[in-house]
Amino acid sequence: MSAVMDTMMNDKPAPATAEVAIPAAVAVPKVKKTKAARRNLPFAGWLMKILPPVTGLAFLVLVWQIVAAKTGNFPTPLVTLQEAIKLFSDPFYRTGPNDQGIGWNVLASLQRVAIGFGMAALVGIPLGFMIGRVRFLSGMFGPIISLLKPVSPLAWLPIGLLVFKSANPAAIWSIFICSIWPMIINTAVGVQRVPQDYMNVARVLNLSEWKILTKILFPSVLPYMLTGVRLAIGTAWLVIVAAEMLTGGVGIGFWVWDEWNNLNVPHIIIAIVVIGVVGLILEQLLVALAKAFTYEEVSS
Amino acid sequence: MDMHNKFIDINDVEMVFHTKKGSFHALRDINLTVQKGEFITLIGHSGCGKSTLLNLIAGLLKPSDGLLLCANREIAGPSPERSVVFQNHSLLPWLTCYENIFLGVERVFGATENRTQLRDRTRAALALVGLTAAESKRPNEISGGMKQRVGIARALAMEPKVLLMDEPFGALDALTRAHLQDELLKIVAKTESTVVMVTHDVDEAVLLSDRIVMMTNGPAATIGEILEVKLARPRERVALAQDARYSEYRTTVLEFLYRKQAHPAKEAA
Repeated sequence: MSAVMDTMMNDKPAPATAEVAIPAAVAVPKVKKTKAARRNLPFAGWLMKILPPVTGLAFLVLVWQIVAAKTGNFPTPLVTLQEAIKLFSDPFYRTGPNDQGIGWNVLASLQRVAIGFGMAALVGIPLGFMIGRVRFLSGMFGPIISLLKPVSPLAWLPIGLLVFKSANPAAIWSIFICSIWPMIINTAVGVQRVPQDYMNVARVLNLSEWKILTKILFPSVLPYMLTGVRLAIGTAWLVIVAAEMLTGGVGIGFWVWDEWNNLNVPHIIIAIVVIGVVGLILEQLLVALAKAFTYEEVSS
Repeated sequence: MDMHNKFIDINDVEMVFHTKKGSFHALRDINLTVQKGEFITLIGHSGCGKSTLLNLIAGLLKPSDGLLLCANREIAGPSPERSVVFQNHSLLPWLTCYENIFLGVERVFGATENRTQLRDRTRAALALVGLTAAESKRPNEISGGMKQRVGIARALAMEPKVLLMDEPFGALDALTRAHLQDELLKIVAKTESTVVMVTHDVDEAVLLSDRIVMMTNGPAATIGEILEVKLARPRERVALAQDARYSEYRTTVLEFLYRKQAHPAKEAA
């Protein structure tokens, strides 16, 4: 009975963590079917899944509240929440080029990431295939990639500005640079790790190079490629915020900087949460995609 | 007549592997001929190079010295006419059973036959191994024995001149293995295939073979003895269990393996 009360009480502040709680809720019916006798166990299991994240969030808010109370100029959670409600009630307004709703800013950033990332995929994945398949190319590009990979993508921003003479393509260029490395490297590694058994099948069946590519190489490299894509989108989303702070215009990164210039701290905190949530969604989408294309290895 | 008697002709084959740790002499002085329609098993302790010999016939490896002929032509590389059933089935996990078989069928007959004929061939191969119901399943949805049967169907569907099998039933449990051996006997009788099969199972060798090629221990392994199994076909496992000649053949192979060629690990001990 007390357990029931606990969950009911804990449920109220839960909406923020609803996403986190979904897997737990899905897992419940299975347990119920296997052991009907231990009826309260699934409920306790569900509680154990939802309780830690809720406690963690509550702790964070508490620390925030204390810090806000001690310093004067830091907004309290409540103030921030009120600001957020105001902000999200009209995310798509547009009063001028530098005053647009947060929705437009997020979409502008996502668009840049999509373009830069898409071009990186178009160049990086075929290049990765070639590097993985041809040893000469691997020796040729290996040192270049090792040299350029550790460079912060923002260091490429001036080059972008110089070449494209405009802020928006320069930001996209930074995204392109930071996304391309993980895609090349993971695709190449995937190609090099195609099981010898599959290649033997290809040789015995005497498959054409096209069939080898479409029926053997591509499907077996796909999981590696998707790992590269996932790493790339993570970095791209990190980089876009920084790049937009430097280039200005419309975008969540610029918005953060603009709000800092306005000394609107609640908006900065809201932007941090929004950036986090968008990044999480991108990551989860790609994890789901990767899962759909992962196959068991050969080994009877 | 010569072609009939020497369908596969292996002459003075040597195999030396060059690795980072130095060279390894795997096979020496291999001479063997296989007749058309014959069922040959290669038996020996692990590390004796029996799989290497099979890969040489498949064309997956090239000999360091000597010559391998199949139907009077030098074996220069892998070919669908010498199709292989791999030990670990090697089905492509992203294709269904049907698609796995179709891939080979399309390659061999795609140039001369239309879509319907190719489909019929694939279906016939599935029916041959009794897996018509599983045609749209992926390899991870079927049992180990079924995967191996798809592997056999894939090899047979290409109508190979020679069927090469590398311990095809090695990873299966005893009952499934016996079942597949019986099925293989029926299929081979029906298709009149020439088969070279690697095994480490004495009963399997005696039950299936026309001749058992017994290999000495490596390194530098070679053919020790060849035993001709003159048991009438069709062979029936339960009846053979009481056949005196069957036990005799079995004893001969066991004697070779455990007296004349004691296991290398035991020798070291």
